[in-house]
Amino acid sequence: MTRTVLPGEPLVAVRNLHVDFPSATGVTQAVRGVSFAIGREKLGIVGESGSGKSVTGRALMRLLPGSARVRADALRFGTTDILHASEAEMRALRGGRIGLILQDPKYSLNPVMTAGAQIAEALRAHTKLGRREAREAALNLLESVKIRDPRRVHDAYPHELSGGMGQRVMIAMMLAPNPELLIADEPTSALDASVQAEILSLIEEQVDSRGMALMLISHDLPLVSRFCDRVAVMYAGQVMEELPAADLHRATHGYTRGLLECLPSLEERRERLPTLRRDPSWLAPRA
Amino acid sequence: MADAATATAALEPVPDETAPAGAPPPPQPGAVPRRRDWLLTDAPASRSQAAWGRRYQAWLAFRRNPLAVAGLAVILVMLLLILLAPVLATHDPGIQQLGNRLAVPSAAHWLGTDELGRDVWSRLLYGGRVTLGMVVAVVLLVAPLGLLVGCVAGYAGGLWDRLLMRVTDVFLAFPRLILALAFVAAMRPGVESAVIAIALTAWPPYARLARAETLTIRRTDYVAAARMTGASPARVVLRHVMPMCLPSLAVRVTLDMSSIILTAAGLGFLGLGAQPPLPEWGTMIATARRFILEQWWVAVMPGIAIFAASLAFNLLGDGLRDVLDPKQR
Amino acid sequence: MPRARLISRQWGSLAATAASIPITLLGLALVTFFIGRVVPIDPVLAVVGDRAPADVVARARVELGLDQPLPMQFWRYLTDIVTGNLGRSVMTSNPVWEDIARFFPATFELATLAIIIAAVLGIGLGVLAATRQGSWVDQAVRVFCLAGHSLPVFVLGLVSLLVFYAWLGWLPGPGRQGIVYQDMVEPVTGLLTLDAALANDWPAFWDAVLHLVQPAGILAFFSLAYIARMTRAFMLAELRSEYVTTARAKGLSNARIVWRHAFRNTLVPLVTVIFLTYAGLLEGAVLTETIFAWPGLGQYLTVSLLNADMNAVLGATLVVGLIYVVLNLFADLLYRLLDPRTR
Repeated sequence: MTRTVLPGEPLVAVRNLHVDFPSATGVTQAVRGVSFAIGREKLGIVGESGSGKSVTGRALMRLLPGSARVRADALRFGTTDILHASEAEMRALRGGRIGLILQDPKYSLNPVMTAGAQIAEALRAHTKLGRREAREAALNLLESVKIRDPRRVHDAYPHELSGGMGQRVMIAMMLAPNPELLIADEPTSALDASVQAEILSLIEEQVDSRGMALMLISHDLPLVSRFCDRVAVMYAGQVMEELPAADLHRATHGYTRGLLECLPSLEERRERLPTLRRDPSWLAPRA
Repeated sequence: MADAATATAALEPVPDETAPAGAPPPPQPGAVPRRRDWLLTDAPASRSQAAWGRRYQAWLAFRRNPLAVAGLAVILVMLLLILLAPVLATHDPGIQQLGNRLAVPSAAHWLGTDELGRDVWSRLLYGGRVTLGMVVAVVLLVAPLGLLVGCVAGYAGGLWDRLLMRVTDVFLAFPRLILALAFVAAMRPGVESAVIAIALTAWPPYARLARAETLTIRRTDYVAAARMTGASPARVVLRHVMPMCLPSLAVRVTLDMSSIILTAAGLGFLGLGAQPPLPEWGTMIATARRFILEQWWVAVMPGIAIFAASLAFNLLGDGLRDVLDPKQR
Repeated sequence: MPRARLISRQWGSLAATAASIPITLLGLALVTFFIGRVVPIDPVLAVVGDRAPADVVARARVELGLDQPLPMQFWRYLTDIVTGNLGRSVMTSNPVWEDIARFFPATFELATLAIIIAAVLGIGLGVLAATRQGSWVDQAVRVFCLAGHSLPVFVLGLVSLLVFYAWLGWLPGPGRQGIVYQDMVEPVTGLLTLDAALANDWPAFWDAVLHLVQPAGILAFFSLAYIARMTRAFMLAELRSEYVTTARAKGLSNARIVWRHAFRNTLVPLVTVIFLTYAGLLEGAVLTETIFAWPGLGQYLTVSLLNADMNAVLGATLVVGLIYVVLNLFADLLYRLLDPRTR
């Protein structure tokens, strides 16, 4: 397989990304000058809802609605310039080289197609497999995401699967063409607490064994810091702070500190958890 | 908590309680910018200001849809035309001039004359009174009835609900025009029977709609609150449920207008609505039909009138739906 | 179209639907009974006519069972219907049931062709508008649909006759077949096109098809607007859903996303819409058949109406109601077939 990444270059390069949504009442600036790079590593993007983290992830795949206005100094995946790539190039990129896992399998799987058919479809979009081979491959993938009864799940419709099972199908589907980057957008937020850990460790295991890069988007700071190498904290469309997950306790930015301080702790006894105080200066455009 | 309070204070400057600034300037004729501010304020001081503000915003949203505004304009013009029919008509709609049958449009007869030499333009104006009058009568009969049946069924639930919905099912099991035809056939053809027949076939969709709305409203907290303060079921339905059903019902009525116009004209066309010599658009087409191949304008003119009225209501209803009832899209 | 019905269909189980049919049918009979026996000032006169001598009226009263109390009359009416006795038509002096059987195929042929045209074009236009939301194509489809909703069938029919028959001469005038071919084809199915094809009589076949074009096209135009509009609304909802994002993230082609994913999901409610429209065509057929002198159920109904032939009117009304109910049942069954969640 040809990996079109220049030596010494990161897999993903984003410099000064802006995404605007014009509407009747004015322009909403969802992302305001975000820059980061991803190599073969696990990057966590943390932020509250509306901070622009999902929009950033989707801009990488050019999956934003037609009304969105995207501009950037650089938005590259490998050697592909995402801002100027043709639709055919983007189709090869989507699924083929970048996988996307969405939040809730109840909505993100097509309700009238069987799980197996949806996996086989992803395979056949990027390989030259025949019907029968695709079916075999789909069964193998289902097995590799630790589904005990792959045959039953293969022929099941999404509504017949539990949330955790549905998310496994989603992972199998996105891993099918063997992408280089997996974007997981809140992959466990819709799941029961008991299943969350299983799904996350499944993602981690698959990413590690396949040597893929991971972009984990979440609102859950401790969770992200546990699974990722590096963490970028977003607020109001900008990256407030980016630092290695291991150094999180040494965070300097007021927002990150505020988030960390709101967490209850088992070691330390506190009278009352402080609430986050938002500093208006965080909204100011950053260089 | 204190944090949240300061945040709100920063966003919406609430007037100081002690200061007498609570009373905003009432809308004054001529003071357009101030009235606009009064309507668009984020912090209305009274219930009526909030209500007028909401209506004004709906109007602003409505105005952005040129097709809907065009529909409204056509309807207003048509209403004006038929109200002023005695002034605008160039001839008496009933006067026959057998010597001047099926005349082409001219200065004397703007839209020509029909098979009995009557002026088509004047007949169109007076015919609008009959056709649109029938439509208004149907709506006045049907909308309150449907609203009442739907709200009662939805709110009472149980046996009443099942019984009433079964009845609507039966009525919905007939195509509207065909059931109306059968009703008129059993009565005597005429304007009144046509109105009753259309009304009888038109109410079930309204009842279904009101019921569906009521079912969701019934579960809301404010209805529970009203009940806990001791409001009687009748009061809850009348004061809290029905007003909430009105926007979607209004949209439905406007969209339904065109289909009522078409049914009324269809009955007239089949000879079961307004009876000659009464001018009615559908009836006019029915009589002019025989001359369609030579004197086509005689039949086409009332056809255009029906089309314009019906299209205008559809455009208006479409725009209203976007404004009043976005979830129905 | 009643939206609540679409929703209730999603939740009602098949058994409940099946159980409701006899009740609905009973309701239908009650309505026609009510129209025939209660609304008129004197139902006997409606049957024998105004000028009948007194002894005829009295005899008819007893014959019709009108001297009995209403519940007894209704019971008699019900048993008559169940045994296929819809009374005798005053106009044709045939049993109403036979008349309906003779006129129905023409309407069926017309309505079926119309719904095929309407569904194909309507779905195409609706999908086109939804995938280009906000563009001039979308606006054009919107105006076209509203116009379709607003045009009276009888005006459109007359104008079409004027233009395509009288002015241009491209299409034949009213009627089901040309005079040359009248009664030339052996009726097997009652569908002229099919019968002509079966008889290998291709000139007659083409003649029948050409006669069908205008009425079927006009009938279709009316429903086309509704189908296109609903398709657009359903498609917009589906295209906004999460699984479409998933499909796009998989790198599928646009056509595949639109048809295999989004459209396949709209098909579920769309089937109900198409079936209800099909049933609604019977309504448009009354007017279309009148204009095109099409010897179908609609024309039978109107002619009987104008002749105050109440048995025929009520029989035809009842049959139309029955067709409605059966089509609804079909829609329900198909719905269940298409949506795995209801299985």
